[in-house]
Amino acid sequence: MKKTVILGALTVAGLAAGAAAAATLDDVKARGKLNCGVTTGVPGFAEPDANGVWQGFDVAVCRAVAAAVLGDSTAVEFVPTTGKTRFTALASGEIDMLARNTTWTFSRDVDLKFEFTGVNYYDGQGFMVPAALGVSSAKELDGATVCIQTGTTTELNLADFFRSNGISYEPVPIETGSEAVQLFLAGSCDVYTTDASALAAQRANFPSPGDYVVLPEIVSKEPLGPLVRHGDNEWGDIVRWTLNALITAEELGVTSDNIGELSAGSSNPEVNRLLGSEGTLGEMLGLDAEWAKRAIMAGGNYGEVFATNIGVDTNIGLARGLNAQWTDGGLIYSPPFR
Amino acid sequence: MATLSDPPRESFQLSMLLNDTRYRSYTFQFIALFILIAAMAYLGWNLVQNLAAAGLNISYQFLGEPAGYDINQRLIEYTSQSTHWRASVVGVLNTLLVAIVGCFFATVIGVIVGVLRLSNNWIVRQLMSVYVEIFRNVPVLIWILIVMAVFVSVLPQPRDFRGDDPAASMFLDLFAFTGRGFYLPGPQFSAGFAANGVGWLIIIGLLIASFFSARALSNWATKTQEATGDRPVTWYYTLAIWFVPLILACIVMGLNWDIPALKGFNFQGGIFARNSLIALTLALAIYTAAFIAENVRAGILAISKGQTEAAASLGLRPGRTMSLVILPQALRVIIPPLISQYLNLTKNSSLAIAVGYMDLTGTLGGITLNQTGRAIESVLLLMLFYLTISLSISFIMNIYNNSVKLKER
Repeated sequence: MKKTVILGALTVAGLAAGAAAAATLDDVKARGKLNCGVTTGVPGFAEPDANGVWQGFDVAVCRAVAAAVLGDSTAVEFVPTTGKTRFTALASGEIDMLARNTTWTFSRDVDLKFEFTGVNYYDGQGFMVPAALGVSSAKELDGATVCIQTGTTTELNLADFFRSNGISYEPVPIETGSEAVQLFLAGSCDVYTTDASALAAQRANFPSPGDYVVLPEIVSKEPLGPLVRHGDNEWGDIVRWTLNALITAEELGVTSDNIGELSAGSSNPEVNRLLGSEGTLGEMLGLDAEWAKRAIMAGGNYGEVFATNIGVDTNIGLARGLNAQWTDGGLIYSPPFR
Repeated sequence: MATLSDPPRESFQLSMLLNDTRYRSYTFQFIALFILIAAMAYLGWNLVQNLAAAGLNISYQFLGEPAGYDINQRLIEYTSQSTHWRASVVGVLNTLLVAIVGCFFATVIGVIVGVLRLSNNWIVRQLMSVYVEIFRNVPVLIWILIVMAVFVSVLPQPRDFRGDDPAASMFLDLFAFTGRGFYLPGPQFSAGFAANGVGWLIIIGLLIASFFSARALSNWATKTQEATGDRPVTWYYTLAIWFVPLILACIVMGLNWDIPALKGFNFQGGIFARNSLIALTLALAIYTAAFIAENVRAGILAISKGQTEAAASLGLRPGRTMSLVILPQALRVIIPPLISQYLNLTKNSSLAIAVGYMDLTGTLGGITLNQTGRAIESVLLLMLFYLTISLSISFIMNIYNNSVKLKER
């Protein structure tokens, strides 16, 4: 009994010491593993496959960072977090970075002392209803029962949308997305609302996806991206520029197929700087010259990651839309590598 | 031959703190207390230091800011523009509602099952054993989920009531039992002076007056019985005391019923008991009732068999023996563990979020915590609320316990 108390106190002290240390990069290198916070399971974004290996769009960011820092894209300890536990896990140092469908908002960035390192998916909150209801617009939902996943920005957007349109609703808050889907399929709520990408992801698993329609209204801006703690800018830079490397690679046409020959040197100086055959960008980050090459080889460039996990050819079937490169009319845009 | 004299008065020495049994226990208690305080202070200091290092602080300012989210079941006025504090209070009231209703049904079911477990009828006895063993040996969260799943999938949804040839219809055209909850006719008063809840205050006042009148009547009957040996027949007076003023008041205030009707997506009007409330209360009640049943059985078995035999030899029937002789004595054994069960039920109600019931853990410990990110502050406040509720239940039940426990004079 006494021993447990002492051990407990030591653990608390140890955790606290971990949180206070600033150099996350050194910790990760010493540990030989990257602790990355992900969801408890959203198809396409982060979910363990049949062999228990984590796969998905957010997972790919973790793997790219691990490849850049540790040289091994499998040296990642995935920590499943819920909407409730994610910020505490990051703030306490339990995880080094969070890549979990997290919306970049002012208060999370400023008040909660986190640093968003970019946007890997531009999303927005949508509504899904059974086609049999005959509803064609979210403004016709007066008096409807709405299932929401609690602990997200979703419930605030929902309250704002219904209030600004002067219509009423009955909220049914549910802890996890899968339970909300169950209630929705049983007919216990008329509407299911969450980020449009998650609606598409979950509808793909429905017994008859065609019986449900996603309404045209997108009621919020949800820029989703990875984040780290405030106060360790070097680590923040690594995560930010790893994501940017994936985006730039797609823009410059660097894919996992041609990266081998391009890294030997190419006619495009920016490709050379990115892949480390020219300049000292890796050194500035505190990494070696080939960091970006390894990050891209982990799962391909941004476009490849998108296509394999959530693109139109997968079950999820999301079009690029806002998430196309800026050169194709989308919002995905990386600052230059120079 | 020895002479008795007072032993020499020793002056206090420091070594007596360890060597003298009179002081030794105080010394060790003081040391233990000191270590405890030091440990708490260390952990608290550590917390403050680490928060400061992360650039955070402890602040309860967020309680005054608008919550921004909606809550479905509100016992007091609340909109998404109300403060986080008000959202917490809505949560507390929802927790109390589940706790009170749940404790009531758990007690009723528990006492009945506990008595029936000692029945002479083999089938009844075995059935009750099966009930107790099944319900107390499966975690309560599973029961909550099972009840909710059954509720949602077995009962018809509002969409089944729609159309020319609906798959479901309202019971007596008054009640709608749907997977979203029960829609019941709601009483309302049309008279002007009874608006804004005044009517309800009048009704409650009348019921309290009727209660005391009925008790006075019963006391008078007992006194007459003791004086003359005959108990006057009073049941029709009692009925009149309860119902005549109530009916008169209802007629004067223009009682009418707001009957739920299918409008748009849901039934509108009347009283709406949500599926989450019903499933949670029911699951908590039947789970806790299994434990209470065992307490009741233990309490009854603690009464010596001689009491039953004595009552039987006085000519009391088994039912009267139970209610007049056994249960009043058994209560002394039953009440203390019953308090624990009430506390358990109240604390288990924090599993409410599993079915989407917005209790205190759902509002303050859930959405508010999440939206503000003030985890430490919210959890401390949450602990304080639950502590207050639990201590209040304990306090009230201990008063009751003192009134039934064996009086030793």
